[in-house]
Amino acid sequence: MILNMESILLKDNVECLEGYFAAGGYKPLKKALALKPSEVTDEVKKSNLRGRGGAGFPTGLKWSFIPKDAPGPRYLVCNADEGEPGTFKDRELLLKNPHALIEGMAIAGYAIGAAHGYIYIRGEFAAEAALLERAVADARAKGFIGRNILGSGFNFELFVHRGAGAYICGEETALLESLEGFKGQPRLKPPFPAVKGLFGSPTVINNVETLAAVPSIIEKGGDWYAAIGAGKSAGTKLFCVSGPVNKPGVYELPLGVPFRTFLENNCGGLKAGKKLKAVIPGGSSTPVLTAAEALAVNLDYESLAAAGSMLGSGAVIIIDESQCMVKLLQVLARFYHHESCGQCTPCREGCGWIEKLLNRLEDGRGTVKDLDTLYSVAEAMLGRTICPLADAMAMPVMSFVKKFRSEFEAHAAGKCCPPDAAGEH
Amino acid sequence: MPFKLTEEFKAKAAHICARYPRKDAALIPLLQELQGQAGFVAEEAMDALAQYLELPYARVKGVVTFYTMFNRAPLGKYHLQVCRNISCHMAGAPALLGRLKEKLGIAEGETTKDGLFTLSTVECLGACGTAPVLQANEDYFENLTPEKLDALIDDLKHGKHPLKR
Ligand SMILES: Cc1cc2nc3c(=O)[nH]c(=O)nc-3n(C[C@H](O)[C@H](O)[C@H](O)COP(=O)(O)O)c2cc1C
Ligand code: SF4
Ligand code: FES
Repeated sequence: MILNMESILLKDNVECLEGYFAAGGYKPLKKALALKPSEVTDEVKKSNLRGRGGAGFPTGLKWSFIPKDAPGPRYLVCNADEGEPGTFKDRELLLKNPHALIEGMAIAGYAIGAAHGYIYIRGEFAAEAALLERAVADARAKGFIGRNILGSGFNFELFVHRGAGAYICGEETALLESLEGFKGQPRLKPPFPAVKGLFGSPTVINNVETLAAVPSIIEKGGDWYAAIGAGKSAGTKLFCVSGPVNKPGVYELPLGVPFRTFLENNCGGLKAGKKLKAVIPGGSSTPVLTAAEALAVNLDYESLAAAGSMLGSGAVIIIDESQCMVKLLQVLARFYHHESCGQCTPCREGCGWIEKLLNRLEDGRGTVKDLDTLYSVAEAMLGRTICPLADAMAMPVMSFVKKFRSEFEAHAAGKCCPPDAAGEH
Repeated sequence: MPFKLTEEFKAKAAHICARYPRKDAALIPLLQELQGQAGFVAEEAMDALAQYLELPYARVKGVVTFYTMFNRAPLGKYHLQVCRNISCHMAGAPALLGRLKEKLGIAEGETTKDGLFTLSTVECLGACGTAPVLQANEDYFENLTPEKLDALIDDLKHGKHPLKR
């Protein structure tokens, strides 16, 4: 595998339109507009590009679900909510290469027949939203966005829409509700957004990183992209690493890179004196891996699934021996409980119970029976709700308790966190 | 005093509404505009906006209470929001929060008597690689240390930090 290949997404000197254009930007849009929309979708299908927002759904296939001859408008929505704890890759991409997203959206809009696109960006990203607004205005001034783009007859308007603080709005149907001016409460599926999405019309929702990969795919071809990476995990991925490593940050690497190589070569290894205990490989919702499991895994969809976890958003959270797993799970439980939208009983009540049980264990009031309750409450939440937020709570709980049971038992026996554990107890 | 939407606001609002096929989709951006002007969204402002968008008041109120970024009462001049999620937690967020509480003499959710600082905790701010992170009004402060935190508070106290809002 080539690890020092040229980056596709994170490049230097493309922040502004001039730089992006000088590097060949907006040529793929011209190329796409000379194709039939279905040919654009076929190229993306051929690339094996999969959604980078967390679920990994094949992008070209998603686009092809838009009904061919339904009357009325269609919409394209970019998910820039970036709320999954541990994830900070879209922010980097928006700051470093905003035009790749804008061009990718114009191309995707053409492919699905959408005349309007919205970028839903989390409310806290005020500076990023302002930069994005400017980039869209620059693209509009040059005729890459707006009416009759590059003389093709294709019209595409693009708007930046800021969220207002709610993790659940990263879930695609909650995002649509929010974009329509409602509380961010997920919708029942079906109908899927491709059939009935934004304002009741067929809609495609893709993550920032997914859409930003599209111009290169059109430029160099689906086969070129499909050849990068590992088997069905095609292309490059932005991995964002946090925790006690020497060089935390965002790295673009071909999918399939061994975790061990990534940790040592890219992240500079663990900080002096720190020892690896666990890794959450794809954002806080994905099952935790022990150090041994992590060191044996490759970072791609299939390898992580085989190891019992998920690639998720590519947020690699490094946990060292000084951390208390009960405390960390308590931090996550507080988060999911706070973010549950409350529509489904298993999620609303389950997250609450889990948080309470963990509070008891952390305070030294817990029992071994609480541990079993913890696990069974989580298990009972799986697959029983409108959206996967309940699963996103259950999966970390089950994996933490299963893999680090001795730490939980020690808490139940009144012996608290490892002596050097960081944080408040 | 009855709350009235200004002509300037209405001009801007018309522009924002035009981005959507249904004007009620502009509810959140318009609430953000109102909060940008006043620092919070008052009950009367919600009422005025509901009338402007021809929506039931309950819809507007429901939205304001659902989203954490809307304030229903005035906050201090500087709203310090400490991220408490996993990466920031591991990087020492609890100690930073403790230090702030001590320094400012307030608990989470409170405002200092001089009206300068409000202290809150927030969930992951999407900047975990530079943890621990604090957001002051709209600006991010990353890779915080106790020293940097002290310097930031001093600068803000003396009006030396040009925050965007
Ligand atoms: C609770 C929850 C939060 C989510 N948050 C995000 C997010 O912040 N950003 C994102 O792109 N996708 C997020 N997703 C996934 C989206 O629902 C959706 O799958 C994705 O935006 C589709 O784009 P993609 O196919 O390009 O990945 C979230 C899902 C759930 C269940
Ligand atoms: S699972 Fe939780 S967050 Fe998702 S819709 Fe149900 S209550 Fe809301
Ligand atoms: S955990 Fe603090 S910014 Fe993500």
